[in-house]
Amino acid sequence: MHALPDATRGRRVVRRGLAALAVLALVTSAAACSDDGGSGPARADVPGVTDTEILVGTHQPLTGPAAPGYSKIAKATEAYFNFVNAQGGVHGRQVKYKIMDDGYNPANTQQVVRQLVLQDRVFAILNGLGTPTHTGVLDFLKAQGVPDLFVASGSRNWNQPDKYPHTFGWQTDYTVESKIMATYIKNEHPGKKVCHFGQNDDFGADSLAGVEQILGANALAAKETYVPTNTNVAPQVGALKAAGCEVVVLATVPGFTALTLGTAARLAYRPQWVVSSVGGDYLTLSGRLGPEGTPLLEGLVSANYLPSVSQADDPWVQLFRKVNDEYNSGVEFDGNVMYGMAVGYTFVQVLQAAGRDLTRESLIEAVERGGFKGPGLTPFRYSPTDHSGYSGVRMVVTSNGVQTPVGPVYVTDDGDGPVTEYTEPPTTPPANGVPAP
Amino acid sequence: MERFVFLTFDGLSKGAVYAAFALALVLIWRGTRIVNFAQGAMAVVTAYVAYSVSAASGSYWAGFAAALLGGLLLGALIERGVMRFVEQAPHLNAVTVGLGLVLLLQGVLGMIYGNEYRPFAAPVGQEALTVGGMPLVSPFDLFVFGAVLAVMVLLALLFTRTATGLRMRAAAFAPEVSRLLGVDVNATLTLGWALAAAVGALAGMLVIPTGLGLHPTAMDLVFVTAFTAAVVGGLDSPAGAVVGGLAVGLVLSYVSGYFGSDVTPLAVLALLLVVLLVRPGGLFAGVRARRV
Amino acid sequence: MTLLRHLAVAAVAGVALFFATYQLDPFRNYQLATAAAYLCAVAGLTILVGQSGQLSLGHGALMAVGAYTVALLQNAYGTTGPWMLAVSLAAGALVTTLVGAVIGLAAARLRGPYLAGVTLAVAVTVPAIATTFDEVFNGDQGLPVYVDPPPAALGRFFPNERWQAWLALAAALVTMVLLANLVRSRFGRTLRAVRDDEVAASLAGISVARVQVLAFVVSAACAGLGGGLLAVLAFSVSPSAFSLTLSLFLILAIVAGGLGSLAGAVWGSLLLVLLPQVTESVTDQLTLSPAVAQRLQGNLPLAIFGLTLIVVMIATPGGLQGLIRRGARALARAARGLATSLNRRKVGT
Repeated sequence: MHALPDATRGRRVVRRGLAALAVLALVTSAAACSDDGGSGPARADVPGVTDTEILVGTHQPLTGPAAPGYSKIAKATEAYFNFVNAQGGVHGRQVKYKIMDDGYNPANTQQVVRQLVLQDRVFAILNGLGTPTHTGVLDFLKAQGVPDLFVASGSRNWNQPDKYPHTFGWQTDYTVESKIMATYIKNEHPGKKVCHFGQNDDFGADSLAGVEQILGANALAAKETYVPTNTNVAPQVGALKAAGCEVVVLATVPGFTALTLGTAARLAYRPQWVVSSVGGDYLTLSGRLGPEGTPLLEGLVSANYLPSVSQADDPWVQLFRKVNDEYNSGVEFDGNVMYGMAVGYTFVQVLQAAGRDLTRESLIEAVERGGFKGPGLTPFRYSPTDHSGYSGVRMVVTSNGVQTPVGPVYVTDDGDGPVTEYTEPPTTPPANGVPAP
Repeated sequence: MERFVFLTFDGLSKGAVYAAFALALVLIWRGTRIVNFAQGAMAVVTAYVAYSVSAASGSYWAGFAAALLGGLLLGALIERGVMRFVEQAPHLNAVTVGLGLVLLLQGVLGMIYGNEYRPFAAPVGQEALTVGGMPLVSPFDLFVFGAVLAVMVLLALLFTRTATGLRMRAAAFAPEVSRLLGVDVNATLTLGWALAAAVGALAGMLVIPTGLGLHPTAMDLVFVTAFTAAVVGGLDSPAGAVVGGLAVGLVLSYVSGYFGSDVTPLAVLALLLVVLLVRPGGLFAGVRARRV
Repeated sequence: MTLLRHLAVAAVAGVALFFATYQLDPFRNYQLATAAAYLCAVAGLTILVGQSGQLSLGHGALMAVGAYTVALLQNAYGTTGPWMLAVSLAAGALVTTLVGAVIGLAAARLRGPYLAGVTLAVAVTVPAIATTFDEVFNGDQGLPVYVDPPPAALGRFFPNERWQAWLALAAALVTMVLLANLVRSRFGRTLRAVRDDEVAASLAGISVARVQVLAFVVSAACAGLGGGLLAVLAFSVSPSAFSLTLSLFLILAIVAGGLGSLAGAVWGSLLLVLLPQVTESVTDQLTLSPAVAQRLQGNLPLAIFGLTLIVVMIATPGGLQGLIRRGARALARAARGLATSLNRRKVGT
């Protein structure tokens, strides 16, 4: 092997040196760009909590195809926190909400949650959105001991107190909801052919399980599924029509609810739709369908565990509308905004209950003590052995462009417990809109 | 039987859109040997233009015209402003620039319009007309067939009957000789991109009303399917693009209808492999020179 | 001779990185580990595309194959012993190699965009397989991945992220040494010969199809290892983590880093991990009203990322490594010019 000429050798040395410098520059610049959130010296033992501030984080789909409308939730929660901060905060501390985008992609959720926990050192993760996205971070959050509150999904994964003692659900489980929807169908549409059309994951499967539990395992005339990556649902809707379905239970996200309704209209197929709360908010659907498609929503039946935004005289709706106008730039007040603020309200309740001496342990204990009231229609089920959240729903019907509640509030459980009416009077918010300490 | 007929028409209708989009890809490939990965994002930009113009003027057709004109402009702009620098570079650089463009365009659209899905109106009804009790095509499906057919005829006429078309074909086939003969090769490249972008814009206008709505990533899957269709047909052949598009549309429809919507990507891959194993240059590939 | 040199470089790099992991905080260690995992796949891909001339848009799907293999093995046998993780990762690479062989054989006759089309379809199909056979793969929700905690010998408070960084860096170093040897070897020369002129190479007696399939297989093994590592780092695997977007980002990484160059693969992997975060923190500095901020969040970093790529590709077609090469040449020339002028002065010309 002949020796290289000097010029080439020199070039190579210089090139390698430059390369090493470039790596150093890149890594240090990235390291220098790290965020230094939070004001005041951090308390040595409790991450995210200082004398003046509490920092919590969340992962949300702000971009990406799977979840439009959902992008409004976190901003609404933040608006409610700002409302509370303006009135002195919680035990003298301001609540800060760091919202990170994961685009509904579990790989991004991994990165983003690690950034929140390891770099931003948040006190807790609040309202992480999505079943596939959040399931992936359960083990990491458990290993790090981070409170994982009020996951934004109706899956039963968040209700595993022995396996994940720091993880809590918030909204009504899909199975609970579908049991109640099936009960409504049994009462209001007896003898009709019922079918189910759901997402090809736990959401659809849990919903189907609840329906079959009430109506019977072989009672459904057809069961179809869709995948969010395939927007052509005509074959499935065609199959539902061919089976002669008169009532169709939909376990669909808003985009696919609209798609299904539109496709059915094109096929001149108009069954009675009964839609999960996940994809049944009237304003969201109307926005998707546009002025021409909105008439398709007439008669649509859905469910809700929160007061409906159309009920102008409901005190919770009035309170959150006011907060929305003042702190959320007055964006359209729909089910997503209501949801975000309700989550914020519950979290502030928990913070108040945990006391001034705030630690991660005191937060978990406060949630498990339970007893929180409002804004939902049913009580929470929080206890040391139950981490699930709201326990039931109320059915809503769309008529003349308004989604109004119908019938009583029902509660039930995930298993084969009965569906019972909940007869306690509805709750009202405190006068200043902030939960009492 | 009824289901089969329904699936056939549904497949042909979607296939027509893939055919149009594949045509746009073939146009650019023939002219510059570049696969335009930004074709989908460009179609979304023009769709948003149509949306804004329709909302402001109240007329769908004003928006439609704006989309096509915008497509011409956008294609020319991107070719002159960005792709010109990578046309002589290795092909991968053009791919990378295209992908970078996709990110840039989607990000900018998201910043201007937000990430909500906006309903996108169709000019005619989407309810299927029934013949003897069987839902067949809808007026919108007929509109799609008509529009795509018109585009194909116009392009065919342009390329075979006009001097401009001849110049474009010459510039694509033998750029150096064409330059010597006085053809402004750069101008024909720009024109090619402009036309392709306009065709892509039309495809976008035809497909977005049938999906989840107008959104910065609305054309991503259409791009992948149309690229597959173009490859099946043979990237050098416009006729191949059309046949490929219709074939892919039909396959997707039948598979989704009879086997479930989650199996459809597998079916497309199988179709692709089967075609390419027999004819590695696509269905309509030209005869290759004999190897010694 | 070459092998020794490569091992020496790897040893030096390994020691330097070992000390670096003690200086970095847990989040940076996690990013380093992620970059190392990407590097395994990116290095293999840059060899395939740059040295063998075959464009693959589906390497994200190959990473998924490795990841799911590791997930299934770890969930079934993860607790059998400390060496089980190495076995799982090796198995992941092996299974991916087999899949790569199948694809490579099917695509052996295809060139340019036709190969790209097939690999694109593969990229879209593999995640769909997870959805179709959801009893095994649990569909869109994915599977958790069991991983042993760091060995007890390292101490109770040893941060998991540092252990992850060690695992990923070790795998990346091994991959880089093997690939560097490959590039320098006879096989590497054959690869480049086929890339540059197929007809001439086949006239010289090289079996073009065999070489191309082998290149595909090698890059598939690397992708499988990288995917397996990602599954281990994230404790989870799901179809959307290995979507078409990942395949396209891998292409971006190899081109922006410098096509065909292993050093370029390092830049590309770092870019994949750091650029999104850098753009996010830049946009975080701007204070805006909630409505505007909501629009910008997520979208501005995307736009900046895209713009950066376009500018880099137009200004430096050889990627970052090309830029460094040119810089080195310029510096060397400047140095020589300086030396010459000094000489002249000395001699008194």
